[in-house]
This record gives sequence, structure tokens and C-alpha cells, in this order.
Amino acid sequence: MALMELKNVCTYYGNIQALRDISLSVEEGEIVTLIGANGAGKTTTLMSICGITAIRSGHIFLDGEDISRKSPHSIVGMGLSQVPEGRRIFPQLTVLENLDMGAFLRNNKELVKADLEEVFELFPRLAERRNQQGGTLSGGEQQMLAISRALMARPRILLLDEPSLGLAPLIVHNIFEIIKRINEERQTTIFLVEQNANMALKIADKGYVLQNGSIRMADSADRLLANEEVRKAYLGL
Amino acid sequence: MDYFIKLLLSGTAKGSIYALIALGYTMVYGIVQLINFAHGEVYMIGGFTALIIGGFLFVLGLPVPLVLLLSIVASVVFSAAFGFTIERLAYKPLRNKPRLSALISAIGISMVLQNFILLAQTEKYLSFPSYLPELAFLQPVREYINSTQFIILVTTAVIMVILTVIIKFTRIGKAMRATAQDKQMAQLVGVDINRVISLTFIMGSSLAAIGGVLICSYMGQINYYIGFVAGIKAFVAAVLGGIGSIPGAVLGSFILGWTESLGTGYISSDYEDAYAFVILILILSVKPDGILGKNQKQKV
Repeated sequence: MALMELKNVCTYYGNIQALRDISLSVEEGEIVTLIGANGAGKTTTLMSICGITAIRSGHIFLDGEDISRKSPHSIVGMGLSQVPEGRRIFPQLTVLENLDMGAFLRNNKELVKADLEEVFELFPRLAERRNQQGGTLSGGEQQMLAISRALMARPRILLLDEPSLGLAPLIVHNIFEIIKRINEERQTTIFLVEQNANMALKIADKGYVLQNGSIRMADSADRLLANEEVRKAYLGL
Repeated sequence: MDYFIKLLLSGTAKGSIYALIALGYTMVYGIVQLINFAHGEVYMIGGFTALIIGGFLFVLGLPVPLVLLLSIVASVVFSAAFGFTIERLAYKPLRNKPRLSALISAIGISMVLQNFILLAQTEKYLSFPSYLPELAFLQPVREYINSTQFIILVTTAVIMVILTVIIKFTRIGKAMRATAQDKQMAQLVGVDINRVISLTFIMGSSLAAIGGVLICSYMGQINYYIGFVAGIKAFVAAVLGGIGSIPGAVLGSFILGWTESLGTGYISSDYEDAYAFVILILILSVKPDGILGKNQKQKV
């Protein structure tokens, strides 16, 4: 059984249909990527999964349970976390408080503390800046904080929305390496939404191509990388 | 000089009461960006609850300190219930609508509550018994500060400390700050924002209720209209300090209390209610976001 599965999901903004019959599945332990151009519906897909944007029809399953009508906070409680587009750090909370908020639903203080150490090990820069306000961090540091905040919830599946957006190439490389490490070392399933199709497909097992709100292609990442159409439209080759 | 100190102290006591009400405005604004115009009415209802419950308990023959304590508890519970219900009925359904809708709804609720109390009670001023005790140790300084003022000051100070601790250090306080900064992101880390918003209304209303009981004891009278005047003044104080800022609301309240007290003492008591607006205009013309307000550029 897939860890996360979308079945014929349709989402509307008023009368405008943003997602048309989206179906996809993510197996436990995989890195799956959803690539597509601006406005294809990538962020809408993530916000629909998280329960922020209500879907009109279809179903979303997490570990077999239908979460398509659940509230956002209960979905987080079931082990699904998102690193949203634009990082969305709480600007007036300190780095440490931002991380605490990530672990908002967890009660075991010991485990949370251990995770905090682990996160600081992953991103030593955050440890240095733990008492600094989130809004004062640089873009790259904010992305590290956003990923760490999501990890503090100990999610089974981590959703990332364009983590490379607006970052210098070197930092992008770094972020992708970390995503791969999170997947390998913590066995966290990753659902990665990206415009940077090249980077995303290189670390992913499987990929979906989203176009105008519907799934255009679904295949293994290797085959998508080699696909002529994908290469032309998304890899600029 | 004596006269000045006396005015300053009575201004401080007045400012403390404004602060208790202004905090409700500013906390709610910080979380849902709504000026809760019904807040003054919640404060007035707090006063009436204490009057009714207190009178009832007094007739039963309970000792005065117990009457005071129980009537404060009753008015806090009652006002908190009002705050919670108002939010659920009048604001929550409009949360994703243009902001003006909720504002109009707030003004409507304010009118409904005022008229409800007008009909249920009377338009006349009712005398409010002073349950606050005379403090013997204040005897030497009684020409500067009386017992009621002293109790108001201490109560407010204690409440401020408790509120600061809650907001700065507790889990729910952190959730409140996170919700104020980014509601959607707060949901994405697992905060139930409906609960946080309800709690903000409950906390703000409880503070207003305590303010209501204290000022009614201080003034010795109550009627259905006191919420309007006090509400406007506390609103001015919150804007003065920078709406959405908690320290700002407290600072704004004290500035307002001092201005009123000194203005009344040195210029004329005829303009008591006008000083608030004079100082508001003066400060906003220099600092449009209020004293501690952040300069927020809004997208139109």
C-alpha cells in the first residue's frame, strides 16, 4: 500500500479549476518529484494535500486513511509535514522558537530535544543563530530553518515546495544533498515539488509532470530525464 | 509638586484600567486584524455581572472579600463566554471575507449588546458598591493615592506579568505569536488556529471583565453606556501605542491616563474626554503606526 495516494483530486478557486483529476502515489521510503512550469498547479496540489485548500472531489489517502476532509492540524499530527513555498519562517520568532513550533504537536520532550540536536548537526549554522529572529536570516539559512522546522515534527512524509527557489546555485546543490540525506538516514519519504526539474529528477526515484492542472506524464525519474519531451520543455536541452 | 504627583498617580490608576481593556483590542487585532468594536460592551457586561452576582451574594450574607472574589470570577467567566460566542457567531463566518464585513459585524454586535443591556437593566446610572477594602498601611500616603487606586495598580501589574509570561514562554503563547505572524504556516505546523483565536478572545474578554469590575468599584456607578466610552478610550490607547503590539497597548494606556489626569488637573475637567483625541492626533501625525507599532506596508 502506498504511503500517500491521491485519487482523482479536483480543486477549484471559485469557478476556476486548478487541479483536474490528479492521481498519484508515493511509496514509503521513496523520493517522488512533481515537476511543472509556473502556474501548473504544483503549490495547489501541496496545499490540497495539507488540507489548507479544500478539494472539490476525489480522495487523498495517507497510509490508507482518507485525509481529504481533515483539518490541517490533524493531518500534521498524522505524520505529514510541509516546507511551503517561500519558506514562511515566523519572522519575529527566534530560530529556536521556530524549531519549537515545528514540534508543536509532540509531547515527548526528550525525543524533541534529541531531534533538535540532530537538526543542529545537519545545519550547524542554525545552532550558531539559535537566538536570532527568523526574519533576519539570509535566504539560504531560512530554507535550512524551514526544512528543520518541518523535520522537528518527525514526519513520515515530507512535502517540499520549490526548496531551490531564489537561492544561489551552490546553496541549491547543498539543499538537495541534504534532502537526499534526510531520505537515506531518517528513512523519511519525500514528495518534492520543483521547477528545477534537472536537480529534482536526479535525486528522485519517480516523477510526475504536471501541466495546466493535470498529470501529463508519470514515470521513473531516469526515464523522465531521458524523455525527449521532458528534456525540451523542462530541462532546456 | 504634591499636586503633580497626585495627578500622576491617579493618571496611572486610570491608565491601568485602560490597559486592561486595550490589551483585548490589541491581542485580537494582532491575531485576526479586526478592531473588535464589541470589546467595550464585553467590559460593560463584566461590570454588570459583578453588580448582579455581587449583590446576590451580599444579600446571602457572605463576607465582603469573598463576595468580591466570587463576583470577579463570575464576571470573568461570563465575559469570556460572551467574547467566545461573539467570535464564533459574528466574526468566524466572515474570516475569509473582506475585512470591512467583520468590522461592520463588530459594530452591529456592539449595538445589539448595548441595547440588550439597556432593555434588560435600565438607562439610569446604578450605584455600584465598593467591595474593595480600605488598606490601613496606605494611611500615611492617603492624600496621594487611595486604596482603590492602589488595588487597581497592583492587580494590573500582576496581570501584566502573568500575560507576558504566558505569551513569551508557554506553548500556547508561542502558538498565539506564530498564528499572529502567519496563520497558514501555523496550521502547517499543527496549530489549531480556531482554538488559538477563541482563546485570544477569551483572554481579552477576561481582562476586560476584571477592568470592568475595578473601574465600577472606583467610580461607584454603572450603566449600559460605559462600555462605549471606555471602549473608545482603550481603542485610542491601543492605536496610540501601535495596534497589535502588547507593550504598545500598555504604554499607550499610561500616556492616555496621564494626559487625561494632568489635562483635567491643570487645564479644565470640561475637556476630559477630548484630551484622548488631541494626544492621538498629535502622536499619529508624527508616528502613523503608533509609538511601538511596526511600519507595515500593506498591499492594496
